[in-house]
Amino acid sequence: MRKRTLVTGVIGADTHIVGNRILGMALEEAGYNVVALGALTPATDFVKAAIETAADAILISSLYGQGELDCRGFRDLCIEAGLEDILLYVGGNLVVGRQPWPDVERRFLDMGFDRAFPPGTRVQDALAALAEDFAKREAGAGEP
Amino acid sequence: MSFALLIDFGSTYTKLRAVDLGERVIAASAQGPSTVATDINVGLDAALASLASKLGGLPAFRHRLASSSAAGGLRMVTVGLVRELTAEAARQAALGAGAKLVGSFAYRLTGADLARIGELAPDLLLLCGGTDGGNSEVILHNARALAGAPVACPMVVAGNRETTDEVVALLGAAGKAATATANVMPALDRLDIEPARAAIRDVFMHRIVHAKGIDRARELFDAVLMPTPAAVLEGARLLADGLPGRAGLGPLVVIDPGGATTDVHSIGSGEPAEAGIIRTGLPEPYAKRTVEGDLGMRHNAASIVSAMSLESLTADAGLSMTTARTALDRILADIEALPSNDAESRFDLALVRAATRIAMLRHAGTRETVYTTQGPVQVQRGKDLSAAGLVIGTGGAIVHAKDPAAILSVAVARASEPHALLPRSPRLAIDHEYLLYAAGLLAQVEPETAFDLCTHHLRPLEEARSR
Repeated sequence: MRKRTLVTGVIGADTHIVGNRILGMALEEAGYNVVALGALTPATDFVKAAIETAADAILISSLYGQGELDCRGFRDLCIEAGLEDILLYVGGNLVVGRQPWPDVERRFLDMGFDRAFPPGTRVQDALAALAEDFAKREAGAGEP
Repeated sequence: MSFALLIDFGSTYTKLRAVDLGERVIAASAQGPSTVATDINVGLDAALASLASKLGGLPAFRHRLASSSAAGGLRMVTVGLVRELTAEAARQAALGAGAKLVGSFAYRLTGADLARIGELAPDLLLLCGGTDGGNSEVILHNARALAGAPVACPMVVAGNRETTDEVVALLGAAGKAATATANVMPALDRLDIEPARAAIRDVFMHRIVHAKGIDRARELFDAVLMPTPAAVLEGARLLADGLPGRAGLGPLVVIDPGGATTDVHSIGSGEPAEAGIIRTGLPEPYAKRTVEGDLGMRHNAASIVSAMSLESLTADAGLSMTTARTALDRILADIEALPSNDAESRFDLALVRAATRIAMLRHAGTRETVYTTQGPVQVQRGKDLSAAGLVIGTGGAIVHAKDPAAILSVAVARASEPHALLPRSPRLAIDHEYLLYAAGLLAQVEPETAFDLCTHHLRPLEEARSR
């Protein structure tokens, strides 16, 4: 089977790169082709990279609490660029202050993300989610 | 004694440099008119006659190599996918190959795009799109579109490697001459333009030179190796990198403010000069060429003025607004006009200084401070030229200037513009024999000789000043 391509990066004016690097290494080890955009990545750069690399998913990290602002309209950007069906994940410290996770998750799902992950998510959980979502897509709409 | 003959078929002149390969110096220089439009032999014969009179007859040349920017230069169109990614990589490859870029397109080609490419009638088209293993639909769409369009030129295909065979077959089946080469952007963080440059040069040498009638003078030389700007870039690269046993001069910049455009070449990695600076944007070519089509001393004097403002040009020239406007009007009325008085000379100098400054600012990268919640972070975009130790001026506007240092000094970093990553404290020099192209050509057959020739004739500006 063709290797799946994932675009990763830390969105907005956020320099927290360590977790994103570790995630990238784990994804590569799991057999994914990882296009790592690194820290301080504008939303539009994720989309451009996904077009050029024909990515299957975009995985956005945000650690500094401004993720909600940075990610607003992200699905719309993808739709505009012809990536309406691309799998979108977001994870990290997504909001400021202590807010109940189900509320936060709901907000990001409403924004068009397929999954949102709270702080402290283990790499294995993300890998399992990817495997499940890709399997679902293959079984569904005649994906390659 | 053995000699090499290096020819530049230019748009105005056919220039010759005869090199003494033993002494590694220029034996003689000569030029004739450019006669590509009629019969290239006429101009070449005139130049050779002039060379013979200087040398007391023509010696048997060991090498007779040419570059050409005649007949419009290598007119190229590039096609890529995302404008800032493979479409930009394609532009970089074309410019690095010495092309005159007449159009660049991104995403799926539309009917209007195809009509425009047909009108442009380029000499060569570079088709890119997708990283290796990445997007394949768009380059295949564009190949099909080009196959069905009235675009007759040869094409170089340098996109997603998974599509290359199919793209070449599609174009070939439609009777287009398509050459496959490696992807200009194999991965998102990697630019690989050398294979595309080589493929472009090969098509230029074997097909375009013939199509333009430049090889009609074939018995007078061995080969037209590359477009002249590519030869200049090769000369600059040789000078910067050196050879085994010959230390190069290190990162450097070559500036050529011309009548219609201003070219800048830089050799060097351009990586951040200090640790802890974050690089964003496309990787930069090690040997980079930019062409500013709106900055030309004669054909584009008006756009230099609009880029710099007449007020600051006037202040730089030390003229009154009225005098400056008169000088500008004279250039606009007659682009052949040379300065006829002191005011016009001063205005000309201000123009070339402005063109040089703006072209350098566009070529060089920038560094800015981004304030994040973790504190300020330095972000670099583009190529850091601050470590370039040498700035070389070439072309008539600099070589024939009364005070070339006054022009080249504007290429240097200023405290008032700290974001611009320009050379911090370079030495200045001029290519007064117009030799970089000749060195670039000679480097293909005798690199050591070319290097010694170039270093021997490069004139540091202090010396130039005292003459």
